[in-house]
Amino acid sequence: MPQLVVKDLSINFGGITALVNVSFQVEKGEIFSIIGPNGAGKTTIFNCINRIYTPHRGTILFQDQDLLRYKPFEVSKLGIARAFQNIALFENMTVLENLLLGRHHRMKSGVMAGGIFWGKAKREELSHRKRVEEIIDFLEIEAYRYQIVKTLPYGIQKRVELARALCMDPFLLLLDEPVSGMNVEETEDTARFILDINEELGTTIVLVEHDMRVVMDVSDRICVLNFGEKIAEGRPQEIRNDPLVIRAYLGK
Amino acid sequence: MINGNFKTNYEDEIKIFQTTFVKFWLVILFVGLIIFPLVADRYFIYLCNLCGIAIIGALGLNILTGYTGQISLGHAGFLAIGGYTSAILSTKLGIPFWLAMPLSGIMAAMAGMIVAIPSLRLKGLYIAITTFAFGFIVDHLIIHWESMTNGPSGITAPRPSLGVFVFDSDKSYYFIIIVMVILATGFARNLFRSRVGRALIAIRDRDIAAEIIGINLTKYKIQAFSISSFYAGIAGSLMAHYFDVITFENFTLMLSIQYLAMIIVGGVGSILGSIYGAIFITLLPELIRLLTDLFRQEYPSLTTRFADLKSVTFGLIIIIFLIFGPKGLYGVWRDIKVYWKNWPFTY
Repeated sequence: MPQLVVKDLSINFGGITALVNVSFQVEKGEIFSIIGPNGAGKTTIFNCINRIYTPHRGTILFQDQDLLRYKPFEVSKLGIARAFQNIALFENMTVLENLLLGRHHRMKSGVMAGGIFWGKAKREELSHRKRVEEIIDFLEIEAYRYQIVKTLPYGIQKRVELARALCMDPFLLLLDEPVSGMNVEETEDTARFILDINEELGTTIVLVEHDMRVVMDVSDRICVLNFGEKIAEGRPQEIRNDPLVIRAYLGK
Repeated sequence: MINGNFKTNYEDEIKIFQTTFVKFWLVILFVGLIIFPLVADRYFIYLCNLCGIAIIGALGLNILTGYTGQISLGHAGFLAIGGYTSAILSTKLGIPFWLAMPLSGIMAAMAGMIVAIPSLRLKGLYIAITTFAFGFIVDHLIIHWESMTNGPSGITAPRPSLGVFVFDSDKSYYFIIIVMVILATGFARNLFRSRVGRALIAIRDRDIAAEIIGINLTKYKIQAFSISSFYAGIAGSLMAHYFDVITFENFTLMLSIQYLAMIIVGGVGSILGSIYGAIFITLLPELIRLLTDLFRQEYPSLTTRFADLKSVTFGLIIIIFLIFGPKGLYGVWRDIKVYWKNWPFTY
């Protein structure tokens, strides 16, 4: 059973057509990459899955459930997490608080329980802290736990954002340019983390990325978009040699 | 970083009062607060009571504006609803203060939920405008709904009583206020070390990211408004039973701006900041009065210009803080603390 089915997705903004009949399937446990030149509609697909946008046509099924029936905040409950292209951390909070926010939808205490704190809220804080610490260990950000996010270097912020997404215990992880703006070492680290997440946690990953080395190395399958249309899909080796893809990227 | 303060479990980390040093001073403060009214002058107790009421109101505004990022210019409106609900319930229906106070909080909270509805679609300055309008609507209601509010002449609410004991002196009322301040501060502090508080801060910092990690913006914005106005309602109720009479003049736009000034001066998004700011802004007119009295001999005209001086200084202080200390008194205090901790090293 495919984890994510995107079928005939179309959306336009004003006169601009962002996506035209895009269809693809992501199998469970796969690393699926979406590539394409700037403005091809890659992030728009993510925004449709997250329900920030409502597509004009088409369907998105996640584990056989119609995502279009849900509101943006409900999508995370189904098990979809996302790391943004431009870091979208809560920058005035510590790393730890950001990660605990990743646990938000799995926690329950409300205003009264929180205000009284002793009892339910405290128990919940402590039990979820355990999972957060596991993720901190997994992504090797122990040293930054108590730091305010905006004081951290860019590469670390990117990793914290990945950690926040993982704290949501997702089935499906959407990564929007996880290595953009990183140096070679940070890029390699991140690529390794992506593979680790996929193998050890069994998370299905959809990746949008411009760094072709990373895409070719980690992806199981790749889908190529150009001006909102899908022009190719297949294994990295097939994509590398696809004449349409070469034309989209290099021009004729 | 405090040397030698090592934690061995997660529970120690989420404690509010981390060291015995802090706990020691807290006990000192607490004892001081209890002894204070027994030795202090009646006037000082009166000022202290005003500060206490302001702290509760400022905490409420900071929850909404400082932590959740929804700028409110209508805080006085919520205080008015709290104050008038409490006064009307106790005079017209004879409901005791102990019931009227929480009810007035709830009433204000319900008004807050209604005001929250436009905020779900608006952001920033536009919310400031809707809350601003709300303040005027409440003012207008108070003046013209005479059968309920006595119109411009105001209402006199009775002092609370417990059995035969009536809290009619400043000293006895002080204890009611101090208990409410401690409860309000504790609740707010706890809120922001748990799930809901974090969600509110997340909405302030990045609302779209907050929504994607599963925070229901609608629900939490409404909650922020209702918690904030609950606080304001309680503060209003305490005002109503403390002052000899409350009229619409107690709850004008100026009061909303004073509360904004409190959180700006004290520290936006900080519990301690709300307390510092509330005390500072409440005592500011007294300080100005003290200074004008000091120079009365040389400049006799100063006394007559007290009102002007008050509003000028008020504006000046807000501007000074916005430019030189945007983190407020709390930020200044923290910077000094860090400086001395590291002295003579720079880091």
